[in-house]
Amino acid sequence: MPAFSCAFPGCRRDLLVIVLVVFVGIGLPIEASAPAYQSHGTEGSHLTNITNTKKAFPVLAVNYEHVRKPFEIALWILLALLMKLGFHLIPRLSAVVPESCLLIVVGLLVGGLIKVIGEEPPVLDSQLFFLCLLPPIILDAGYFLPIRPFTENVGTILVFAVIGTLWNAFFMGGLLYALCQIESVGLSGVDLLACLLFGSIVSAVDPVAVLAVFEEIHINELVHILVFGESLLNDAVTVVLYNLFEEFSKVGTVTVLDVFLGVVCFFVVSLGGVLVGAIYGFLAAFTSRFTSHTRVIEPLFVFLYSYMAYLSSEMFHLSGIMALIACGVVMRPYVEANISHKSYTTIKYFLKMWSSVSETLIFIFLGVSTVAGPHAWNWTFVITTVILCLVSRVLGVIGLTFIINKFRIVKLTKKDQFIVAYGGLRGAIAFSLGYLLSNSHQMRNLFLTAIITVIFFTVFVQGMTIRPLVELLAVKKKKESKPSINEEIHTEFLDHLLTGVEGVCGHYGHYHWKEKLNRFNKTYVKRWLIAGENFKEPELIAFYRKMELKQAIMMVESGQLPSVLPSTISMQNIQPRAIPRVSKKREEEIRRILRANLQNNKQKMRSRSYSRHTLFDADEEDDVSEVRLRKTKMEMERRVSVMERRMSHYLTVPANRESPRPGVRRVRFESDNQVFSADSFPTVHFEQPSPPSTPDAVSLEEEVPKRPSLKADIEGPRGNASDNHQGELDYQRLARCLSDPGPNKDKEDDDPFMSC
Amino acid sequence: MGALQSLPDEPEYRDLSEKTGFSFEQIGILHKRFKQLSHNEDTLRRDDLNTIPDLSCNPIRTQIIEAFFDKRNFHQNGEGTVQEISFEEFLVVMSHFRPPALDMTEEQREIIRREKLRFLFNMHDTDNDGTITLEEYRHVVEELLSRSGALGKETAKGIADAAMLEVASISMGHMEPDEFYEGITFEHFLKILKDIEIETRMNIRFLNMDTTNLCK
Repeated sequence: MPAFSCAFPGCRRDLLVIVLVVFVGIGLPIEASAPAYQSHGTEGSHLTNITNTKKAFPVLAVNYEHVRKPFEIALWILLALLMKLGFHLIPRLSAVVPESCLLIVVGLLVGGLIKVIGEEPPVLDSQLFFLCLLPPIILDAGYFLPIRPFTENVGTILVFAVIGTLWNAFFMGGLLYALCQIESVGLSGVDLLACLLFGSIVSAVDPVAVLAVFEEIHINELVHILVFGESLLNDAVTVVLYNLFEEFSKVGTVTVLDVFLGVVCFFVVSLGGVLVGAIYGFLAAFTSRFTSHTRVIEPLFVFLYSYMAYLSSEMFHLSGIMALIACGVVMRPYVEANISHKSYTTIKYFLKMWSSVSETLIFIFLGVSTVAGPHAWNWTFVITTVILCLVSRVLGVIGLTFIINKFRIVKLTKKDQFIVAYGGLRGAIAFSLGYLLSNSHQMRNLFLTAIITVIFFTVFVQGMTIRPLVELLAVKKKKESKPSINEEIHTEFLDHLLTGVEGVCGHYGHYHWKEKLNRFNKTYVKRWLIAGENFKEPELIAFYRKMELKQAIMMVESGQLPSVLPSTISMQNIQPRAIPRVSKKREEEIRRILRANLQNNKQKMRSRSYSRHTLFDADEEDDVSEVRLRKTKMEMERRVSVMERRMSHYLTVPANRESPRPGVRRVRFESDNQVFSADSFPTVHFEQPSPPSTPDAVSLEEEVPKRPSLKADIEGPRGNASDNHQGELDYQRLARCLSDPGPNKDKEDDDPFMSC
Repeated sequence: MGALQSLPDEPEYRDLSEKTGFSFEQIGILHKRFKQLSHNEDTLRRDDLNTIPDLSCNPIRTQIIEAFFDKRNFHQNGEGTVQEISFEEFLVVMSHFRPPALDMTEEQREIIRREKLRFLFNMHDTDNDGTITLEEYRHVVEELLSRSGALGKETAKGIADAAMLEVASISMGHMEPDEFYEGITFEHFLKILKDIEIETRMNIRFLNMDTTNLCK
């Protein structure tokens, strides 16, 4: 009952609407498949009729066959999304039950409905699953993989993924075979290889399920990356084992040579997959170097190259998942240095969107397939499978951790081990692999049933209870922290410090090799893959720049001050008091920097002109640019002296920001595409409401209508101005007003606010 | 401490082991390295550390070397710097980089965290006045960026200013416009870096087996 008590009255009505829409949504695909016969029939009769009589011209006709397939697909996706929407409107439910469970239940209901009507419910086609539904999820995971924790724990992850999965497969397969030997079970026809095959299918931890559940519990980074990394990297093992046992169970015997070939195959599959992914990743990075003129299609390159990596490796029976991960990881640092901010946002949102849709569809189809699929139930076998899954996982984790902890600097605690063991969920990959088994396996139905039961058990029982268990055990959660410049500085500082101390100690450790890789990356690789002069830019600066950019955009878009620093502390509080003389020197420096910025941006603007594929016509650019620039340069000089005081409220020398005018969307667009060099810092104004409100500040605000938040930016005469005739005039207007200082302005210049 | 022998000297090593927490094997290996660096003398000088090739391309090399000769890191409540250090002091400085043991309580971890952060703080606070001033912080950032190309002091200043502003905002909250934030005290330093989990990050692996023959 409390579940439906909502904060506001309209909520009830919304719920009813949702439920209605849902039923309509369910009804339609069912109906859609039904009239398949009828439309065909009318067509036939229509044809015969035409020879006899002339019918009236059909003003309105229904031709469902024409759009059938896309119509059904769209309807299914719509249904899935409406379901997702519905869950989040019911507050209590989504807090207790993980989304994946709810979606499976919906799938069950839909499947049941379809069966009741008498239609054949669609089954999760393995082809569809592996080629369309799985890649977006894996790409999303791989592209946004947190690199630092992953590389720090890669040894542990690999041990869990490879040895853990092998242990699971053989343990389960072996014990199930032993079980089948018992007469009373009635499964004596099952041979060892079939059991091992079954074991290998069911033993792999599933990335989709892990992602779905772990995303909601916000566990600490270490455990999250361990389970998640394991679920991604065990794909190679699964592929090899599956193919191996599938081949062998046809033949029936295994020789030592086969085992040896299997081991070789494992290395080929995993390393080959990574290699294919890395090659495509470098290709994508290289391509992105040249996309400065066609920003609109940048995201497509990322998606297509990754998908090609996946398909290529699937073609060779290599591990597609590892290829996708490798591709995403390799291309990300270079692509992000090259693409515009908007493209980055697009990539992020598209990946999240696709992976979300895929995940939803997968779980719903899992539910539907459960209702649809042929089942063969054998109590003992199924129950034993479930129990063995748990037991083998726990034993495996404990045993492996014992060995791993001898080599780790930071050991895994018991709590960590528990979560790693408990978080080993099985999911749709196991189901699809089972479904792929050819019908010649007489045990196929039994296997499918068992797999589905295991999946249901892990997703429902383990998925639902993991959250209260995490609370109960007080496992460390992920710290939600904003990016902090101090942490970033110290992270980099620590890296160098630890490398140095390792050098003093005299052994080549983790940090030493990391440093070597970084240096190699900087000197050789970045040169080729990053456009422009950016490859020299160190990480700290890139981070700082991104942070500022994000805040500036946030400010411009929301028209509000960012709440990063909710205090009245401004530069004047931390600047050491200085003598007047210093401020003059500062003025000089500022002027020099501004001039340098102007030069820089003039050049940059030339090299980054827009083509007609972007939003506006760029023909006039170069002609007007020169004249404009010269004019505004002069204005800039004047404004420097005025800006002196304003500097005290800002952090760094304000370089150029686009004119914050409402109608001038294109100007903003261009600046987004600017890849800033280190000199011209787009600076953010962590705006502090300056307490002694100077007349200057106020007047400037009035000059810039409708944009009160951006106080007194020095509107840079960057490329923006040149493209934008309108903006240019505005600049001049602004400059004119600003350059109207009275005598008191000059006096205030001597204030010792800005030193340094 | 007396003649340097190649075999672990039980009573001496026991003292050191208790003081720093290293095992006997680790102490033995570090002793070997110490002898190697100091050319078989009893004390280590700055120049000995300067000649390590691995350190040559490290942007904060000077600070790291200074940290070894900083009396504040010797856990004896001293101040200032020395010109040469003994093996014991070398070990004490190294012990800042030991990982915490698995079975430590929360208080013990907190102590270790403070110790490591104190080491970092000492590295930044070069004039030993108990606070990291804006100038010192700027120097830190400049050094960090020094190897990364000629980006000019302005960039480093900007970053350091932003960082300082952040610390001031987090630690002080509100300040009047004419108040002056003197510098980052140790408590503020702890506060801003509390999310970084330093006790798991600031560790290096100390070998239990002798592999010093494998690398220079």
